[in-house]
Formats: sequence, structure tokens, C-alpha cells
Amino acid sequence: MKKFLRRFLLLDLLEGLWVTFRHQDTRLITTEQYPSQRPAVSERYRGAPRLNNHPETNETLCISCNLCAVACPENLIVVGSVRNTETKRKDLVTFTYDLSRCMFCGLCEDACPVDALELTQDFEIASYTREGLIWDRQALEEGPRPTQYRQ
Amino acid sequence: MTSIDSNELVLNMGPQHPSTHGVLRIVLKLDGERVKSTECIIGYLHRGVEKIAENRTYVQFAPYVDRMDYLAAVSNGLGYCLAVEKLMHSVAPPRAQAVRVILTELNRIASHLLWLGTHALDIGAITPLFYTLREREEVLKIFENYCGARLTTHAFRIGGLQYELYEGFEQQVNMFCDQFLGKVDEYEELLSGNRIWRERLRGVGVLDADTCKRYGVTGPMLRAAGVPWDLRKAQPYSGYEQYEFDVPTRASGDTLDRYFVRLEEMRQSVRIVRQAVANIPAGPIMAKIAKVIKPPVGEAYVSIEAPKGELGYFIVSDGTTHPYRLRVRPPSFVNLQALDHMAKGALVADVVAIIGTIDIVLGEVDR
Repeated sequence: MKKFLRRFLLLDLLEGLWVTFRHQDTRLITTEQYPSQRPAVSERYRGAPRLNNHPETNETLCISCNLCAVACPENLIVVGSVRNTETKRKDLVTFTYDLSRCMFCGLCEDACPVDALELTQDFEIASYTREGLIWDRQALEEGPRPTQYRQ
Repeated sequence: MTSIDSNELVLNMGPQHPSTHGVLRIVLKLDGERVKSTECIIGYLHRGVEKIAENRTYVQFAPYVDRMDYLAAVSNGLGYCLAVEKLMHSVAPPRAQAVRVILTELNRIASHLLWLGTHALDIGAITPLFYTLREREEVLKIFENYCGARLTTHAFRIGGLQYELYEGFEQQVNMFCDQFLGKVDEYEELLSGNRIWRERLRGVGVLDADTCKRYGVTGPMLRAAGVPWDLRKAQPYSGYEQYEFDVPTRASGDTLDRYFVRLEEMRQSVRIVRQAVANIPAGPIMAKIAKVIKPPVGEAYVSIEAPKGELGYFIVSDGTTHPYRLRVRPPSFVNLQALDHMAKGALVADVVAIIGTIDIVLGEVDR
């Protein structure tokens, strides 16, 4: 009889609905309102690549060792350099990074011995063209500039 | 003159069907509402991962394994790293092993949570999806804080770990564990207590222990049929022998039992994570291995208990920096074979439930 009443009054279904009801509290909302609310990505986030300059002299930190290009599983980094006859070192001329093939594994930044190449916290790297995802040295040093939309 | 066969209806399900969980196409032969036979057509997501492995160095291939079972990328990474380490006769240091266990168990929770949400959604319970994804987000946050990526993590490296633990890792993991058990009870309240859910799943897609073994089905599906086979207990790896946990089993091997087994597995994972976090040994996180990985000539097979079943990596080395051959034994692919057996004689509406209960990821089926 008790079981029948339970079934008749749909008590087991109401128990489930009670869980849903408990979640109506607005303090429990966890949804982020992107883009008006910016997500806080972690410090180690592997996003858009950047080629770091020295903070004081503003010269590139890259020593053109080519280790990142060798480490990359997709072979998407091309480092161009010329031998400086005075200092006997290689000077960086060009640096291209094909973001359209990048899978953000982080092997290039692990390989970099001078912390020149870094995957940053920038994540808005979409582009309307495939060419727009092939970043040259200038784009890598400046970082991504996503379009800012206003109301 | 041949008459039109009015008894059999051929129906294509997928590859864009939302409840095939990816690009799986199933040719259903129907007799009214009953399924006479099924035929899986796979390969829509084939990327030739095993061939890619032959053209990459051992280190370079590691990010690709994340992209097979992308819901359990950490488990895939662990399996691959263990296989290469076995090939090189090296072992990750204890600290690395403990962190590996924590992250793979968290990944098991995340994978089961997504399974639970989508499986319930397929059957018609929409609410659990929102709750499970919210809890999964907490796990993904831990992954993001630890290694910088949420889904395709590339968390482990051959020989140990690349990243040291971040500040507050233990607190964040403990906090997750504390509140998560209550959430599992909440799912139970929503689903296990629900009459519709129980009646809908009971006796659907029954797979007994013998059939499981014949098909090579592993993981929660095998345990739901009553076989207490868990590779973490049967052949412990990465220090699993130190932790206390139970292998949940059920008797009847239907969809409802598989649901209970997976829920209980999440609780057991929390138990393992708690034990592991409580004593992470100090020390190095990387074994002493050469910068350029060149394993000696030989072959190695390592299998681990991934969220979906036995995940195996077989690597043949010819002494160079590239694998000579790499073969993956994906649990989803093997478990999917049992679909025909389970779906025969079932109703069309149950096919959706049966696909959901196998817990497949098409990235892993096709590779």
C-alpha cells in the first residue's frame, strides 16, 4: 500500500525535482559571461606564441639556435638567420610560426634555452584567413591583436 | 517478378546523429521496431596516428596520443610514456608516479562525468548534463593550472614530468574531492532514484561475462558483467599497488549495471586521489634519461586501465629516434564490436542507450 501511494503520488520523481529546485539559488551560478566577463586563464596556459624581447634593450632574446624548429612535431617553425662576421654569432632575421598547424603542445617552449619563445595566455587568435595565422617575426613580438567590438 | 520485401527496413544512423557521440555510422536492419542486425561503419575520423608515429621522434609523438581518446588525454599520455619507459628500461621517480596517478584518476572522473551527462541526455534526462559538466570544469581547471591545457593536456613526458606542481595544487585537489562525493550522491538522487531511468535501462543491452571475454570487452562493461578485472589491481603500474581501492562489480551486465559501476568507480577514484595527494613524495620529477631518446632494439607492450577499458601501446624499436612500428589497442574500438550482440533484438529506441553505455570516443575508434 505504501509502495502504491509512493508511485501514485510520483514521490520518486519529486525527489529528483527537489535536486533541481535546490540549484535555483542564484549564488550557485557558475556560467562565465564571455565576452563581457573575461575568463581567467592559468599562469601556465599554452596559448598564442610570443617571441620575447629583452625588457631593457628591446633586442630579441632569440639566439637562432633552431632548437624549437627541430623540436616541433609539425615542423611549423622556420628560423632565418645570418652569421654576423664581427661577433661570430647568428643574428635573427626572420621567424615564422604557422599557427594554423600548431597544436599547442609546448615542446618548442620547452626546447628554447633562452626563454625567447613562449606560449602566452592570449587565447583570442582566430583569423578570417589561413594566411592570417602564419605569423612573422613582427606579429610574434607584438602578440595577437583581436578585433575589439563595441556596442 | 520479385516482390518488395516489406519485412526489412534499412536505416542509416549517423554519421551526424548526435547520439552516436561522434562520426559513427550504423546501418540498422529493422523489422518494425526490432533491430535485426547492425553494422558499424567507422573511419570518418581516421588520421593515421600509428603511421604518424613512425615519422616522429618518441618525444614528438607524445602530443598525438592525447588526440585519440581526447576525453581521457592524460590516461593516453600515461600509457604511451610507460610503454617508452619500458622500452628504455627506465622508471619514473616516485614523485612523478604519484602525480601521474592523481592526474589520471582525476581524468577518469572527468571522462565518466562526460559519459554520464551525455548518456543521460541521450535517454532523455537533460538536467544531469549541466551538473556533470560543471564538476568536470573543476577537474579541467586543475589540468589547466598544472600543465596549461584543458583537454589535450600533454601533461607527462617520457621519464617523468615536465612541470613541477603549482602552488596550491594539493588544496585545490582536496577541495574538489571534498565536494565531489556529495555531487555523486546528487546524481544518484536524480537518476538512480528515478523510476523512469531505472525501468528504461534495466535489461537493455545485456552482455554476460563469457560474451565480454570472447569479444575482448574490458573496463566498466566487463566489470558490470561480474568479472572483477581491473589492470590497476591485476598488473599494477605507476605505483597503484600502494593505494587502497575496491573494484566495483555488478552481476547482470545490463545498461543499468554499467551505470552503477561507473558511478562507483568515480567514488573509488576520489579515494585513490585522496591517498595519493596526502603523501606525494619529495624528490626529482624526471628520471635520468638522455636528451635524445634512442631506445635499444626491442619491443614493449604496456597496457593501462583507461576510463573506457584496457588501453595498450605496443612499440617496436629499431634503435633509432623514431618508433619502427607503433600499435594502439584502444578500448573503445574493441568494446564497440559488442554493439551488434547487444543491439540484436532490441528496440530502435534502445540502440541509442546501448551506444551510450559502451562509452566510445570516435577519435580512439578510428585513430
